[in-house]
Amino acid sequence: MLTLRYLPYNEHGELSSNEKIRKVLNIVKNDSIVLMEGRLSVEEEAKLIERTMEQIDRRFKGVEICTVFPEKKNDPFSRKLKNGFYKLLLGNRMGVTVIGPANIVKEIKRDPNKIELLTKNVRRRRK
Amino acid sequence: MANFFANFIENFLSIFRTKKHIKLGIYGPPNAGKTTLANRICEDWLGEEMGEVSKIPHETREIKVKEKITMKSNGKTISFKLIDTPGIATKIDFEDFMKFKMKKKAAQKRAKEATKGVIEAIKWLDDMDCVLAVLDSTQNPYSQVNITIIGNLAARNIPVLIVGNKTDLKRSNLKKIESAFPQYKTLGISAEKGHNIEQFYKEIFKLVR
Repeated sequence: MLTLRYLPYNEHGELSSNEKIRKVLNIVKNDSIVLMEGRLSVEEEAKLIERTMEQIDRRFKGVEICTVFPEKKNDPFSRKLKNGFYKLLLGNRMGVTVIGPANIVKEIKRDPNKIELLTKNVRRRRK
Repeated sequence: MANFFANFIENFLSIFRTKKHIKLGIYGPPNAGKTTLANRICEDWLGEEMGEVSKIPHETREIKVKEKITMKSNGKTISFKLIDTPGIATKIDFEDFMKFKMKKKAAQKRAKEATKGVIEAIKWLDDMDCVLAVLDSTQNPYSQVNITIIGNLAARNIPVLIVGNKTDLKRSNLKKIESAFPQYKTLGISAEKGHNIEQFYKEIFKLVR
């Protein structure tokens, strides 16, 4: 059975980078896949990789992560301006981030327009 | 005698053309060919290898540094410190190493060292002056690791050259890398076979300048 845990922006938007990463990793280490509203900054993504590496052991093998972000480089200026305005008002809610434990999620394939989530046969081990 | 003076003047002027202490990092996911490329550079300009390569991922598990590599071309000289980094990954499973007939204890040790290597590679990002982002051109470039590496370099304003390696292989698709990262210069090479290596050195001159 796969467990998806939705993490809305209001649950992580106010958190510091460290708190946000800790929250995500706690969920993932409980064998759930996080569907996060918004995205981590690139610095937070690097931090997430660092923290993940620190916690890898016989049971926890790491994470699979993928971000889908609607804004494109060639978006017209008016759209970028509108998005920037929303961001200022509501926080950076754009995009969706999927983070799953590597012992369950074999691979997340990201193409510009779709995400394919390949899962493994889950073998739950006793803690 | 004329040659002697010409060489003397050339060497004297090259002192002013040479930038010192520039750190050129090689980053990328595991098995993209980072160390193969580092070896190619070191063999061509120093006459020695940098590190061992292997088909088993995470062969490079610590930062490797060549203090001074000097390249000369068309009367110009560049000098830099070359830093080969462990492959950055979001997951490391010792059981993956056992598929290469590695024993369990050795695989677990390798996994432990590899996790430390990834952390070290990320910490070194702040120290780089310019970076070669080495991607395997036979693989899907839209991986989060690639996006995170290149995004972090952009956030730090570090100049990047994307190197699409393994262009000698049939499945190589450089266009896909170019469309994934259109804002960066992408160059296809085969570090192992030496394809397009002269053009690669020209690009290093532009990058390190």
